[in-house]
Amino acid sequence: MDVKLSGAAATDVERAAVATVLGPEPPQDGRVVRAGRAQREHRHLLLPALHALQDSVGWLSRGAVDHLAERLAVAPAEIYGVASFYHLLATEPQPALAVHVCDDVACRAAGAGALLGQLGEAARRSACLGLCDHGSAALVRRTGPAAERLDVAVAPVTAAQVAGFLRGDPPPELAAVDAPPPQAGDPGLRLLRRAAGKVITTVDGYEAAGGLAALRRALERGPDWVLAEVKSAGLVGRGGAAFPTARKWEAVLRAPSRPHYAVCNADESETGTFKDRLLLERDSFAVLESLVIAGFATGSEHGFVYVRDEYPLARARLQAAIEDLRQAGWLGASVGGAGFAFDVELRRGAGAYICGEETALFNSIEGRRGEPRNKPPFPVESGLFGQPTAVNNVETLVAVLEALQAGGSASSKLFCVSGPVLRPGVYEVEFGTTLQALIELAGGLQPGRRLQAVLLGGAAGSLVGPGRLGLQLSFEAARAAGLSLGSGAVVVIDQSLDLTEVVLRIARFFREESCGQCVPCRVGTVRQEEALRRLFSGRPLGSREDELVRLSEVAQVMRDASICGLGQTAAIAVQSALKELL
Amino acid sequence: MSARVALSIDGRDVQVASGTTLREACQVVGIEIPTLCFNPNFSAANACRLCVVELEGARTLVPACSRRVESGMRIQTGSDRVRLSRRLVLELLGSSVDLSVAHELGELMQEYGARPERFADGEAATVQQPVKIDNELYVRDYSRCVLCYRCVQACGVEAQNTFAIWVSGRGFEARISTEYDAPLPDSACVYCGNCIEVCPTGALMFKSEFDLREAGTWDEGRQSTTTTICSYCGVGCSLDLVVQDNQIVRVNSPEGNDITLGNLCIKGRFGHQFVSGPKRRGR
Ligand SMILES: Cc1cc2nc3c(=O)[nH]c(=O)nc-3n(C[C@H](O)[C@H](O)[C@H](O)COP(=O)(O)O)c2cc1C
Ligand code: SF4
Ligand code: SF4
Ligand code: SF4
Ligand code: FES
Ligand code: FES
Repeated sequence: MDVKLSGAAATDVERAAVATVLGPEPPQDGRVVRAGRAQREHRHLLLPALHALQDSVGWLSRGAVDHLAERLAVAPAEIYGVASFYHLLATEPQPALAVHVCDDVACRAAGAGALLGQLGEAARRSACLGLCDHGSAALVRRTGPAAERLDVAVAPVTAAQVAGFLRGDPPPELAAVDAPPPQAGDPGLRLLRRAAGKVITTVDGYEAAGGLAALRRALERGPDWVLAEVKSAGLVGRGGAAFPTARKWEAVLRAPSRPHYAVCNADESETGTFKDRLLLERDSFAVLESLVIAGFATGSEHGFVYVRDEYPLARARLQAAIEDLRQAGWLGASVGGAGFAFDVELRRGAGAYICGEETALFNSIEGRRGEPRNKPPFPVESGLFGQPTAVNNVETLVAVLEALQAGGSASSKLFCVSGPVLRPGVYEVEFGTTLQALIELAGGLQPGRRLQAVLLGGAAGSLVGPGRLGLQLSFEAARAAGLSLGSGAVVVIDQSLDLTEVVLRIARFFREESCGQCVPCRVGTVRQEEALRRLFSGRPLGSREDELVRLSEVAQVMRDASICGLGQTAAIAVQSALKELL
Repeated sequence: MSARVALSIDGRDVQVASGTTLREACQVVGIEIPTLCFNPNFSAANACRLCVVELEGARTLVPACSRRVESGMRIQTGSDRVRLSRRLVLELLGSSVDLSVAHELGELMQEYGARPERFADGEAATVQQPVKIDNELYVRDYSRCVLCYRCVQACGVEAQNTFAIWVSGRGFEARISTEYDAPLPDSACVYCGNCIEVCPTGALMFKSEFDLREAGTWDEGRQSTTTTICSYCGVGCSLDLVVQDNQIVRVNSPEGNDITLGNLCIKGRFGHQFVSGPKRRGR
């Protein structure tokens, strides 16, 4: 193809930023754009290159995009299409310093409304930052030369602090939000065993804590043993869809087309969900060990961990752990000396909830817009780069390690309890524990508070009233009750919060996070939000009944005709609230 | 691919070759499935969801334009559930996009009883924006764009390989755009007009047609179509010249034509002024 460029030139800083990802520029004779296969094969480095530009310059200029177009043989229009897809990439000049403050449901439930009321215009509002157990949260970023850059999550946060950050006050250390889960010290913990202890920072430390035993055993006994163990443990995915992990892995292992890929989905962006962040930050070696096992059991040579961009600490720890494991021979040409070749690459999201949807995630890694693909074909047949791919949630991977223990099982599950409870945080409980017992484990509601509702499963989940506290938290029981455990989010909402505010925030979330590809979701999420606004402000179009009919019809077309799970679930919480609570 | 697959469509048993889409299988039994983003020459964009049908046992409806037949499938093409989804897709589009020259959609709206005005209270968001007139050959009125992806496909690997336009932004803010929304003359566009050919809503329109419409003199009743062969090069592309008042107002190439598959280059598409030029012999 011919790449037509605008004539705008990239600055030296921009060229250098791109070179950190794509390597030094090849010799140019000034007339020919090299658009061969070698270049196209680097296409998947588009998003990392855009990040490098964004980090160092603060936005993506035309000259920079032209330069990238030339180096990757991707048209500027397409690069612009990709860049403009992501909330955290800018296609117009921006102030170097940005403070993103969470205005999502869990923080509001925990009382962040006051903070939000005091924020000035300069602070950017953000959807859930995965720090909901702190009750309020901000992400402070500064772009520019490496020494000036900032990328720090702060939680909890006050309006005064936010104003200070915007004036240039330094935010606290990166690790300030790094705390063990409330159950720390409980000897019964399995999934949280290591995360509840001191953070492990070396391969040796990890081995001393019992790490790598599962991988060693797997390498000894072979992929079929892994599949059999995971299957007999009855492990199903923890990313929301509850699909049997062994079945997914087996399908990839047996798929004839090569290569295969193993992908860890660490995009965790579901409202009220932060369990994966805890594991990524405090048990990074385990996540990686299990990804290697996934690679081994699926006949893959290459793995990716796709981490949401709002998790700087998780990224730093994972990157360090990947390098340590490579050094120690647990990643690379012969994992653990067993002759199995496997390596892992860390990829950053760029601010898009939809990129947690598995096929959108593939597109994002491939350097395309994060638009979900139509299924079938399913990822086990045609996934990343069109090849058979096993994609798994972070918690699923950690649960695999438990399943591979002698006598191992998969009988416990993580839940993220947030809102006005005494001890919000990530909790590990046995399947079948009631919602009531889980909330009590988190200390119950703060004194003087009365439960109004629980957002179960995040924005894509349901709003349920106090009458549902007896619900047993298992996939089967939830399904029987017409609910879903979803991501494991349990946002407790007390009487002090206006539930219509919650419903509107959820509706806005879907409107802002829809990729825009299909009509039911692209327009439906907008019409849903508009109708709710009219309804709640007492100005329905026609009668209230008309408005409810419209909402339920929009809900039905979104559920029935949308391409992906985002549109299919975009009305669940809204409808559950309208039917049971409002 | 010669294996036959048996399925049932609206209660009728059908056998088709494996690899057939549900839409094609429906055609075999004489059922036309409405489509919008589908173009037979391109891979399915799967974006509009107008073509959904009910597949027994499936959690959601499925797109007939792309879903391949599997043996034992039981399909309903006109159930209440299907009709509701189609009506809503039409209403959602009709309430956010100017469909005044999208005649086929207008007919479907009637057929499905779609009433987009139910959603339009004056404050409802629309994709309304100024028309882009930045060259002499064609205009882009994205207030009429349903985001079917067909123009992007036509400009990209499916046909033209020029990549002048792409989808930018996201969600309801997603738009078809050149890089940084640059005017077409500054973009990679080579004015092949293949995007105009596939645009189902008139968002992309010949300048000649646009001017007549603006002047209120566009009149399909006074138009005739003459099929001919492009006189420029040896490929011999088929042209359909749309003529009004003895002036060529639009040049199409039939989508089903084996030579062009609907595609032309700038010369065939726009280089017809000589036909009515003042120096033409015999004038
Ligand atoms: C809109 C949307 C967002 C999603 N986000 C995530 C996510 O952040 N993390 C995740 O593990 N799965 C997410 N999923 C589910 C994935 O598509 C996929 O099912 C999951 O990663 C499979 O892993 P598992 O089998 O281990 O659960 C999302 C799905 C949808 C529809
Ligand atoms: S359902 Fe929404 S998020 Fe999913 S593909 Fe359609 S527009 Fe995109
Ligand atoms: S006229 Fe041709 S080159 Fe220009 S945008 Fe349309 S398809 Fe692309
Ligand atoms: S401009 Fe036309 S062809 Fe392009 S997406 Fe919009 S409606 Fe479809
Ligand atoms: S961090 Fe605020 S809702 Fe999750
Ligand atoms: S015609 Fe099938 S999705 Fe558009």
